[in-house]
Amino acid sequence: MNDERIKSVSSLKRAMVRPELGAVAGAVLVFVFFFMVAGDSGMFSAKGVQNWTIVSAQFAIIAVGACLLMIAGEFDLSVGSMISFAGIIIAILSVQWGWPVWIAILVAFVVCIGLGAVNGYIVIKTGLPSFIVTLAFLYILRGMTIWLSILTTQKTIIGGVKKAAEGDWLAPVFGGTIFTGFFQWLADMELIDTFTRGTRVGQPVVEGVPMLVVWALGLIIFGHWLLTKTRFGNWIFAVGGNAQAAHYVGVPVNRVKMLMFMFTAFCACVFATAQVMEFGSAAADRGLLKEFEAIICVVIGGALLTGGYGSVVGAALGALIFGVVQQGLFFSGVESSLFRVFLGTILILAVVFNTYIRRIITGER
Amino acid sequence: MKNIEKHFGSVIALNGVSFDVYPGEVHCLLGDNGAGKSTFIKTMSGVHKPSSGQMFMDGVEMKFSSPRQAMEVGIATVYQDLAMISLMSVTRNFWMGNEPIKKFGPFKVMDFDKANQVTMAEMKKMGINLREPDQAVGTLSGGERQSVAIARAVYFGAKLLILDEPTSALGVRQTANVLDNIAKVRKQGIGVVFITHNVRHAMAVGDRFTVLNRGKTLGTAKKDEISMEELQNMMAGGLDLAARNDSILGSV
Repeated sequence: MNDERIKSVSSLKRAMVRPELGAVAGAVLVFVFFFMVAGDSGMFSAKGVQNWTIVSAQFAIIAVGACLLMIAGEFDLSVGSMISFAGIIIAILSVQWGWPVWIAILVAFVVCIGLGAVNGYIVIKTGLPSFIVTLAFLYILRGMTIWLSILTTQKTIIGGVKKAAEGDWLAPVFGGTIFTGFFQWLADMELIDTFTRGTRVGQPVVEGVPMLVVWALGLIIFGHWLLTKTRFGNWIFAVGGNAQAAHYVGVPVNRVKMLMFMFTAFCACVFATAQVMEFGSAAADRGLLKEFEAIICVVIGGALLTGGYGSVVGAALGALIFGVVQQGLFFSGVESSLFRVFLGTILILAVVFNTYIRRIITGER
Repeated sequence: MKNIEKHFGSVIALNGVSFDVYPGEVHCLLGDNGAGKSTFIKTMSGVHKPSSGQMFMDGVEMKFSSPRQAMEVGIATVYQDLAMISLMSVTRNFWMGNEPIKKFGPFKVMDFDKANQVTMAEMKKMGINLREPDQAVGTLSGGERQSVAIARAVYFGAKLLILDEPTSALGVRQTANVLDNIAKVRKQGIGVVFITHNVRHAMAVGDRFTVLNRGKTLGTAKKDEISMEELQNMMAGGLDLAARNDSILGSV
């Protein structure tokens, strides 16, 4: 099959149209940089690795949802507010009302997914930009969270969830750790540090893999599989690429968008539940700015703001970059406010780069 | 299609249009801008519901409430600018809405091996050599995109293919390719409705011609019954373009 009009394309250019490329390069750069700058600060000790892994995993959980939604052509700005709302629901139900924690968690999931459906329904029915609709919910949910928590406890922080969760079967799925035996073995083999003082002498500093990280990996794998390997994934691309064209060939555009809003809400609720179980408390100011951080992860991961193009693996790498830089600046003793300067800068760079890549793919000049 | 009428509020877009097409025939629908061509094909393909009138296919009356239903009975429509999604690969576009499924344990995944293979083969039939099936549609030319869309419709068992201005944005050589592909489709016994306002393109492949003007049909003619000039004049609403040309030239 030879056609003189088809130019051979260099493998570099071919690699460049993969959405993850920028994020892969970014991740490598970030690691090399902090190895040199903060290599001896404990950032790459077992405890240090655990530290930035957890932060990255938190970002990754909400980034997966935001990524699939953005590829389907929509945004959800209510993610941050939903995180605090879900947390407060769990705390009020379990601590104030004395319900079993597993019921409280399930109720939070039902409410969040329901709210995601409401977001999606309004966007579909009104045809308004999801930016506006979910911005409304950013305020509505934040206000409701503060109001509900003050109404029931006169406080904006509700503690005591850890105690309520003792012996609960569902709570460890979000707040527990796994492979503790393996990490104890690693400590016994003197491969990782152990506590030398206090009540936990002899135990490893890292007791296991937090469920938060397991959730993040699970969601990344699920999202990547859904997007690249399934029929539904093709519909996600089609809906974000051109909803009208997708509709004309029989893709259920509204259903796809609706489900993506619900999935994003699900991810927010996973984040919230894990956070509440970790801290043992819920607070009305949790999740602040998380919606934008999720979007930044997704954009660093190579997705287009206009939809139709992107990668879950890229978004996950975006979350990793995010987590490593945030914690790395802390380890290397840099003023932490500079982190935001870095974020803004990298966001602009990523968007410019993505726009350039888009031109290569679509052949626009 | 019998006496199709379509009203949008107080606007009468179609005022009693009758139209028929046989298997293995290219029936050209001509009309100037605003004649009602788009409304008419959208009615045929299930996007709009007619305000009154009936549609028959193989003698059975059809009522569509969505494009999906029209597709299921074998009516495929290729829209000029909505044929393809340029950020997606050729394979993903080709199978969009009809993705092949393969069981993978308890999971259903898209069968990309089959999808890629079929796409390459169908493209070759249309005279398009793809570098690879996962190259983005954005890298194809306008004519190639139309051809991919036509190939897709034919592959998924279209009995009636509606082409909305497939050649209006194309260069000479690409137009020739698309017209060539329309002729290939006709040979397979598929009925083709070819919407255009370019009489030359219509004459090149059409068997019959219907002119639409202000929501009404001005009549249908066979290929040997009518000349290019007559068609052109009918489209312009009876005004003699040639005469007008002279008067314009005369005044300059």
